[in-house]
Amino acid sequence: CRPQLSVFFSRYSMLSTRSLLGRVVRQNGVFRFNSTLVIAEHDETKLAPITLNAISAAGKLGSDVSVLVTGANASKVAEQVAKVAGVKKVLVAQDDKLKNNLPERVAPVVLASHKQFNFSSIIAGASAFGRGIIPRVAAKLDCSPISEVIQIHSADTFTRTQYAGNAVTKIQSTAPVKVMTCRGTSFPPAEEGGSGAVENAPAADVKTDLSEFISQELSKSERPDLATAKIVVSGGRGVKSAENFKLIYDLADKLGAGVGASRAAVDAGFVHNDMQVGQTGKIVAPELYIAIGISGAIQHLAGMKDSKVIVAINKDPDAPIFQVADYGLKADLFKAVPEMTAAL
Amino acid sequence: MKILVGVKRVIDYAVKVRVKPDKTGVVTENVQHSMNPFDEIALEEAVKMKEKKLATEVVAISLGGPKSQEILRTALAKGADKAIHVEVPDAELPKVEPLHVAKVFQKIVEKHKFDVVFLGKQAIDDDAAQTGPLLAGLLDWPQALFANKVEKADDSHLQVTREIDGGLDTVKVKLPAVLSADLRLNEPRYATLPNIMKAKKKPMEKLTAKDLGVDLTPQTKTLEVNDPPVRQAGEFVEDVHTLISKLKEKGFVKA
Repeated sequence: CRPQLSVFFSRYSMLSTRSLLGRVVRQNGVFRFNSTLVIAEHDETKLAPITLNAISAAGKLGSDVSVLVTGANASKVAEQVAKVAGVKKVLVAQDDKLKNNLPERVAPVVLASHKQFNFSSIIAGASAFGRGIIPRVAAKLDCSPISEVIQIHSADTFTRTQYAGNAVTKIQSTAPVKVMTCRGTSFPPAEEGGSGAVENAPAADVKTDLSEFISQELSKSERPDLATAKIVVSGGRGVKSAENFKLIYDLADKLGAGVGASRAAVDAGFVHNDMQVGQTGKIVAPELYIAIGISGAIQHLAGMKDSKVIVAINKDPDAPIFQVADYGLKADLFKAVPEMTAAL
Repeated sequence: MKILVGVKRVIDYAVKVRVKPDKTGVVTENVQHSMNPFDEIALEEAVKMKEKKLATEVVAISLGGPKSQEILRTALAKGADKAIHVEVPDAELPKVEPLHVAKVFQKIVEKHKFDVVFLGKQAIDDDAAQTGPLLAGLLDWPQALFANKVEKADDSHLQVTREIDGGLDTVKVKLPAVLSADLRLNEPRYATLPNIMKAKKKPMEKLTAKDLGVDLTPQTKTLEVNDPPVRQAGEFVEDVHTLISKLKEKGFVKA
């Protein structure tokens, strides 16, 4: 019923009932509710954890949060989303054309949903998926998007970082719709306990000739997911080989930790790309981050310096990593790490 | 196939930036600048595609102050055939948003009929990572972001392997398309002295956003720029034993 309400407000915007009806903003001379659309990310069976962070962020933008779930098995995921606290409505677009959620196909569904419900903001987590879809949608709405928001001050004022986290910028957006991604580690995951209404998303013209999904090759690991792990153990160039990375895995397994790496370790082929922590890899903020054989270049620090406790093990006492470490151990990692694993 | 490559002049990746005391931005005067590292990779891939006879022409484009021409000359020295400089006065540059850049590129693409626009996945100054998907949206072209491998699928399609959160995926995009380069797509070459000399004679078109009819009115206002919070100084520990007892104190390791 919201479109009718917004018409109501445009006609009778002088009515003073708006304070009674929750948060209302003035936009383009029209008063309307603050309403946010979250674009859900999932793998056709379960919701990606970063969507829960995005739902929390959406709650800070206004009280009315809707989530759009697109995909070949969207209804199943929509049931999970409806149970998340703070979610009022779940829009479902289930169609085989939407399998694998290619941005060219998801964007028209987002735009059709926006056309019907006239959201004041549209948000997704700043993952590879969110970073692909959000600007594409923003372009269609002629809005400047806002990337990797780390703090929401009000419906139009946000904080984000630039220069690999070395400048923290507070911005105010005058875009007609605030279209943004949020950094997962900056917002707590929304918890269970909601009872959102599930309904079909408005029909959209999804063209299939532009792009086609061929395959994917996901790294399999029993260890906790890097982005959400409470403890992360990372190895760098100092580990010297892929075989030696076993030392890092062994320690991680004792601690129940996720495993990360510096760019140098990835470039040298010790580990896979998706383990890179840093400005251009993953941003993590665990309770404990243990950097082993990592010097601490600006680009690496950008991905981990919000960790609660940082431990560095490095034989070079001048390594920049020691400037951010709470506990530094100047030692040869080939001696110290096995010793540590054995002692735990 | 004609390829347009976007290149941006940014503060060099190795420079530790300083926030201005008046909180309006970071200090850019007398600071080493260079081509955005991801753009170097995009350019390298485009030049390689030309060398493999997949592409016929590689054009580099940059939007920025007069010094952006240095970056464009570097692009020409590395193998671009032509350059386009869309000049924005230095004073206005901090207000230029990825949406404006995408609109400028859109006009250029429509004017010169490119088949591929290749960009870096993000600029290391604003860290926005928006221009590629914005442009794809404006043009209604498919997008393949974070490319790790680019191959020709057939005459009208490219097959792109992308770096995603859990590993890699492969998509096929119909030409024309927008691509963005990830770090591990290739190893960019260095420009040799003879090529640097030759680059001075290659054509560089100069125009302004106004010539293209693009309005640069910002939609984002910077309220203040601050230093990130400083971490409290830590301590060196003697040995592994001490380290573990510290971690026990903090509750990370069961006592």
